[in-house]
Order: sequence, then C-alpha cells, then structure tokens
Amino acid sequence: MMQQSVGSAIGTLRQQPWSLWWIQARRLSRIEIRRNLFTKRAWWIYFLAFIPAVIIFIHLLFDPHSGQNMGDDTQVLAAIVQVYYVRLGIFFGCLGIFSRLIRGEMIERSLHYYLLSPVRREVILLSKFFAGAVTSVVLFGAAVIADFVLMYVGYGAEGRDYMLHGPGFGQLEAYLLIAVLACLGYGSLFLLLSLMFRNPMPGAMLLLGWEAINPVMPSLLQKFSVASYLRHLMPVSVPAEGVFALLTVETEPVSAWVAVLGLLGLIVLVLTYTCYRMRRLEIRYTTD
Amino acid sequence: MNPVNDTICFENVSKFYGEVLGVNKVSLTLSPGVTTLVGPNGSGKTTLMNLMTGLVQPSRGTVSVLGLSPSNATEFFCNVGYCAQFDSFPRGLTGFQFVLDSLMLFGMSEEDAYHLTQESMERVQLSNEAAHRKIAGYSKGMRQKIRLAQAVAHHPRVLVLDEPLNGLDPMARAESLALFQELGRQGMHVIISSHILDEVDRIADRVVLITGGYLIAQGNIHEVRQEVRDKPMQVLIRCDRPDLLASKMFAVNHCVEARLHADGNGVFLRTGDIDEFYRLLNEIAVEGLVKIEAVAPADDNANAIYQYLIGSDGVAS
Repeated sequence: MMQQSVGSAIGTLRQQPWSLWWIQARRLSRIEIRRNLFTKRAWWIYFLAFIPAVIIFIHLLFDPHSGQNMGDDTQVLAAIVQVYYVRLGIFFGCLGIFSRLIRGEMIERSLHYYLLSPVRREVILLSKFFAGAVTSVVLFGAAVIADFVLMYVGYGAEGRDYMLHGPGFGQLEAYLLIAVLACLGYGSLFLLLSLMFRNPMPGAMLLLGWEAINPVMPSLLQKFSVASYLRHLMPVSVPAEGVFALLTVETEPVSAWVAVLGLLGLIVLVLTYTCYRMRRLEIRYTTD
Repeated sequence: MNPVNDTICFENVSKFYGEVLGVNKVSLTLSPGVTTLVGPNGSGKTTLMNLMTGLVQPSRGTVSVLGLSPSNATEFFCNVGYCAQFDSFPRGLTGFQFVLDSLMLFGMSEEDAYHLTQESMERVQLSNEAAHRKIAGYSKGMRQKIRLAQAVAHHPRVLVLDEPLNGLDPMARAESLALFQELGRQGMHVIISSHILDEVDRIADRVVLITGGYLIAQGNIHEVRQEVRDKPMQVLIRCDRPDLLASKMFAVNHCVEARLHADGNGVFLRTGDIDEFYRLLNEIAVEGLVKIEAVAPADDNANAIYQYLIGSDGVAS
C-alpha cells in the first residue's frame, strides 16, 4: 500500500513539465536580474555594499601599512563582515531587493502580468527568489572581495602572500560563504514578510531586534535566526565589549556543516511557506 | 473538443472582500462569441473577470474556463488572455520588449516569440516606431493598445477585456471593435466590459447585466429585452403619415407614448403589449391609409435594457 502510494507520487512528479518550468524559470530570472541590478533605484544598495570598500580604500591611500598591523586589519575585516555586512549591509540590502520582488510590483500594479502568464506561481516565486539571490550575492560578494583585496594590497608582497598562499584565501572563502548564506537567509525571510504585510518594514525591524537578542535566547530559539548560524562560520573571532559583544558572541559551539545545513533547512522551510502564500495570493491593488 | 469544455462556467459563485460583497451567487454559462458585461461602477464586472482569470479566488462556488482551472496555470493561460484595466507596466521597457518578455514565458523559441510579438503589434495597429519606444512615453491610447497586444499575442481561445476601449480615439476604437468581432466570429470567447455600450452592443452576441454583485439578466440582447415584459417597448415606424398612424395607435390602451421622428418621416411608439401592437399595425397597413416603409425596435439594445433594469443611463458605468 505504502509502496503503491510512493510509486504513484513518483509517477505524478515525473509527469510534470519540468523542462518547461526550467525554461520559464531561466527566462523569468533573466528578466528579474535585469530589473534588479540595472536600475537607478538600486543605487543605495550599491552604496550599502561598497561603502566599507570606499573607507578601506581611503585608509589605504592616507595611512601607511606596516607588517605589524596586518593582524589588526584581519580583525577589522572580520568585524566588518560580522557586524556591518551580516547585521546591517546585507540585512537592509536584502530588505530592499527581496521585498521589492513581490510587494514592489504590487505597489507598481504590475504583478498581475506574471500571475496571468502560463507559469506556476511557485516557479514565479522561486525564480524571483533566485534573481534576488543572484543580485544580492553579486553585489555583496563583489564588495567582500573588494574589501579583502583593498585591506591587504597595501602590504605589498607580504599582503599578496597572505592573500594567495597564507590563511587569507581560506578566510575569503569563509566570508563569501557567509555573504551567500546571509543573502539567501535574509532574502527568504524578507520575501515572506513582503507577502504577509503591506509594509514589510515593521516586520523587518522586529527581525533585526530578534537577531540582536537571539544569542541570549534558549538554544531551541537560536535555531530560528540567520545570524546565529553565520556566527559559527566566522574564520576569525571578533573580540567585542559591551553591547557589541551581543553581535559577535558565539553561544553553543556548532560545527560549520551543521550551521550551513541548519540555515539551508531554515531557508527551505521559509520558502515552502512563502510558496503556499503565493499560491493563495489575490490581486487587489486598491486594498494593497 | 467536448462541448462542456467549450464554455465558461460560474457555478453559484460568490466573492467577498472581507465584509464587502464582490459578487453573490452568480451562476452563468458563456458559450463562444462576444459577451458584454454591463453594470454600473462597483457592480462586480471586474470581480467577475478577475474570478475568471484566477486573480482572485471565489469565496464560494467554482469557476471553470474551457474546463480548466487557473490553478493549472500552464495550460490555463495558454488558452486565456486578459487585458486588465490596470494602467501600469513593468518599468523601463519598450512596448515590444514588454510583449516579447511575456511571450518568452510561454517557453517558445525566441524566434517564435519575436514573430508573434510583431504580429500582435500589427493586429492592434501599433507602428514599429511606437513599439520600440519606452512605454513610459506612451499616450493612454497607446498603452491600451500595447496591453491588448500582450493579451492577444499568444492566440488565446478566451480573451477577457476590462474596459478595452478606454482612451482610444474613434478610429482606434472602431479598429479594436472590428478585431473583437472578428475574433468572436472565429469561435473565440471575447468577454468585454465597457461603458461605451452603443459601440459594444453592435458586436455583442450576448449581454450579461450585473448590479450590486447580483446577476440581473443574461442572454442574447433581444431575448433579454423580451424578458423585460413589464417595461413598454419602443418601436420606430417609418411611414408617409406618421401623425395619422400615431393617432390610430394611440386610440388603443396598450400604446402609452408616441413621438414623431425628427425628420418627420417616422414615429416612435411605445407599447405595453407588443403582440397586440403588431397585429394592429398589420390591420392599418392592410387598410392602406398609411404607407409603412420600415418597422424596427428602437430600444432593443443594451443601453435601453440597462436603463430598464439598472435605472442608469448606461454611460457612467
């Protein structure tokens, strides 16, 4: 009996037009990436992503580098990623990118064109999510690489050696993984918030507060936080005092792969519920 | 195709927006051809169209279009095109890009999509130069045309048009109406809501009257008019002695109003008993006192029915 129902479920899945969905998803993502990346309205997200690089560049121009400072700069870079990007830059950047995907189109009264196309709503949603993820990862990934290079390039041969042959490259990989996961994690949450609320900003502020106080929560509740997973992936620990300790403290030690899988699991859970909301979405621009 | 699957069916459909009624207990079956939705503002016309295309879901009842449900988007929207009344577009696109992007989502090749986009531009008479301009710089009429182009580009079998003549100049209006009529003749479903009843009336195979969310009447315009038996019908009679005809007709009880035509060669007569009216008219014709050239119902149109049933003039829909 059980085997029969599993067999029928597999049969049903096989009958679905996967190749068509794949083509539609690719084309829809292309349209969305074009809209997200190459629009004047995205300037402030570029600003959020690249402002640390600009500051590091100014520092590079006016402050002479010596080998003794490299350890400090490594700490500074770790703090930029953990405190600025994860808590602010990527958080608000993703708020701008992902909440615009559905809610922005409702405000502009153009979402119905997608809903009247022969594309399953789940495919629309996941393609939009993918486009948002590509946009945010390209912007913040490029920004993290720029920060990294600018931070060490002033040290000349020693800096190059640190970046290419020393621990620097591994740190960069970890920072990029953190940036990617942060974009996916916050992106999925903001996409859901934008489907649930006309103005996702209050919800985003609550999320920001939740992420801030999460380290002092019981371990079960810590599993429902993006930043708590990302903390475990930091290659360099950031010493902090006072209220900033809340942003960098590592609570329960968790291995990197558990953190990655845990966060991916959370993202899948959020996206599944978002698909359910999308399926029930009605176009009523006058009330939205 | 199964005949059941060639219709649009509403089965006891109700839609509530919170406590606000959209439509209530609508049961309706539409066969291919041109159907006009008529009703005043807020009567539920757009709600019916949105229910038909899955933009809103019924609170009660079921809607099926050609036997398909909007939840099966892939098959459903290959067969349905909807030109909604929202006058908005994705930012930064030219008219051509807008239609091309829509078609690309059907999974067809770029070449086919390009070809169909060009064809749809020609169908709505949008020039090549205009098609490659940004939509943001379009006039209202051009925006209306590009929405129509997008709705018809994939050759749907059901075309739903919410106020499609808004913003069009008389020439474009006539062209659009000719297109709708042609599509209806080809066996397509063309569902139109419009407040320019005089024009739409000419091409409609049937009318659906709705007010306050309730379906008032539906069917062929002449049949619906026949159903409104409590309202006197007006008939225009072209003859050589309209004053004499009016006096003879007015002598009987069922004739309640007579009005001479402006050119003096005809009379409008309003009667409460159309069968008795025609019988008497035949007698007068046989007597030979009045030479009758033509007889035609003068209020057998959607506008008049609209006035009778809804109590409005049919213009401010």
